[in-house]
Amino acid sequence: MKIEVTQQSRPVLSPEKMAEIQGVISQFPAGKQKSAIIRILHIVEEVAGGWLSPDTMDMVAEILDIQPIEVYEVATFYTMFNLQPVGKYVFEVCRTGPCMLVGSDNIIEYIENKLDIKVGGTSADGMFTLKTAECLGACGYGPMLQCGKHYHEHLTPAKVDELIEACRKGEIKANF
Amino acid sequence: MGRKLLLEHADVPGIETFDVYRKHGGYRSVEKALKTMSPEDVVEEVKKANLKGRGGAGFPTGLKWSFLAKPEGVPRYLLCNADESEPGTFKDRYLMEHIPHLLIEGMIVSSYALGSNLSFIYIRGEYLWILEILEKAIAEAYAKGFLGKNILGSGFDLDLRVAPGGGAYICGEETALIESLEGKRGNPRIKPPFPAVKGLWGCPTVVNNVESLATVVPIINDGAEEYTKLGTEASNGTKLISACGNVTRGGVYEIELGLSVEEFIYGDEWCRGIANNKKIKALVPGGSSVPILPAHLITKTAAGENRLMSYESLADGGFASGSMLGSGGFIVFDEDQCIVRNTWNFARFYAHESCGQCSPCREGTGWMEKVLHRLEIGKGNMRDIELLADINKKIEGNTICPLGDAAAWPVAAAIRHFREEFEWHVTHPEDAVKGNYGLLKGVTV
Repeated sequence: MKIEVTQQSRPVLSPEKMAEIQGVISQFPAGKQKSAIIRILHIVEEVAGGWLSPDTMDMVAEILDIQPIEVYEVATFYTMFNLQPVGKYVFEVCRTGPCMLVGSDNIIEYIENKLDIKVGGTSADGMFTLKTAECLGACGYGPMLQCGKHYHEHLTPAKVDELIEACRKGEIKANF
Repeated sequence: MGRKLLLEHADVPGIETFDVYRKHGGYRSVEKALKTMSPEDVVEEVKKANLKGRGGAGFPTGLKWSFLAKPEGVPRYLLCNADESEPGTFKDRYLMEHIPHLLIEGMIVSSYALGSNLSFIYIRGEYLWILEILEKAIAEAYAKGFLGKNILGSGFDLDLRVAPGGGAYICGEETALIESLEGKRGNPRIKPPFPAVKGLWGCPTVVNNVESLATVVPIINDGAEEYTKLGTEASNGTKLISACGNVTRGGVYEIELGLSVEEFIYGDEWCRGIANNKKIKALVPGGSSVPILPAHLITKTAAGENRLMSYESLADGGFASGSMLGSGGFIVFDEDQCIVRNTWNFARFYAHESCGQCSPCREGTGWMEKVLHRLEIGKGNMRDIELLADINKKIEGNTICPLGDAAAWPVAAAIRHFREEFEWHVTHPEDAVKGNYGLLKGVTV
């Protein structure tokens, strides 16, 4: 299934989120508010369902009082930011050397078959997006994947099944 | 062997809280430094301790500090590099997750030494949950008067903040880190000017690794003289090693420098040997950027000396038969692993992580990845092996930052030590598709 989101309007930031964002800006000296951009993009991406649309990025530019291009430059450079819609849960499986040595290729293939998607794709029900990532700093505990803020380590097919089940039951925080 | 300076209390329940940490001797170095030492004394002590930067390059921390420019009326900044991203390396994560106050303590003392009143921990974006751990610990330190205005009545003020990245290996390079902390793409800067003169927001700046800053704590507590009693003559103190790959027990270990490599791999206290009773084929001892060692050069040097976990012993033999301690990312390969496949995997990593600023790196890393991939899947030819060496030479030394070198060196080392395995992929294309070269011939323990 293709997710039909071509233009996303701006996400609505609650007063609490706005306060959080202002708190991040206030961590830097006056006039250096641009330094807050990466953290704010993380916050806003979460509110916006796991990805950053041009509208969302423009909103960040206004908040920081900088040009929209300055936000696009940053959002396109850092691989954690999704510039396309994603599923409710994004699995990022580490594919780098140390994880490969202990079987990350098999885990990627297992998830592809289980969810009937390829790396980069989103499952037909819009629940899961599968991505690969370069070294996530869990080399001694591989194979591993990141879902939301959390690392899932020492993966086996059975553990992947459990994780998918937990997502389906809503036991893990979703993107939207 | 086995004295710990950093992780001694890492397993104590509740050590992530201020009170438990304090009960176990935490924040003593702040009291000692701020009450009895001048900032210059602290710098001198760290210099005397001969602490080599623990991020990977091994540049002496005290010397780096002594380069910091101190123009009148201009703020200076200390930045902690917690952008740990070198494949095989996960030691800083362990330290921050388990004993966050140790890093905070080290940063207070170091900020005092450097005259920084606003310091930052730049942490890789994927470690968002650790950012929360650090911020909680920082809030405690503020509440107890170890951060903020007039710390312990010394007149020294310090604000400490945490800032996340967004997923970019290159931001571990110090000038890219500074760019990123200014809210920009992580493109490394041309040096000079060095950060010590023009760093964050154009002000004098020092960037140090997590472990380096944490190590300042025992150096100040016990004195440089005590500290240098640990380790070897050229490699003082202890080092965090993150062991991974095909070992029985991967994880983060604090070792006294000078431990033998053999003991570290096979000892009960450490990795407990190769997983599944297999033989060792190769070792990358200091993160993906350092040269790979074949089996016969792991526990002994080419000269027949015992190989030790130290800066000098791992580098013994230079690039011809040695490697580097690097970041301490210790990656072990068992007999079933394919060196060509692994070299391709690392090349793909560097191609993915090149910032794209310098053409030798941007184009060269992608090219190497393609050539290695076709070798790996049995579609290469003998000239490809020479081509890789040629691309290597054209990247090396021709880029603004060391990412290009870091991409080139592992390929050169893999071909140097495992050339016949590359050739085998050319002469046995059908077998290459099926998988591993393993220990087919010529490569024994």
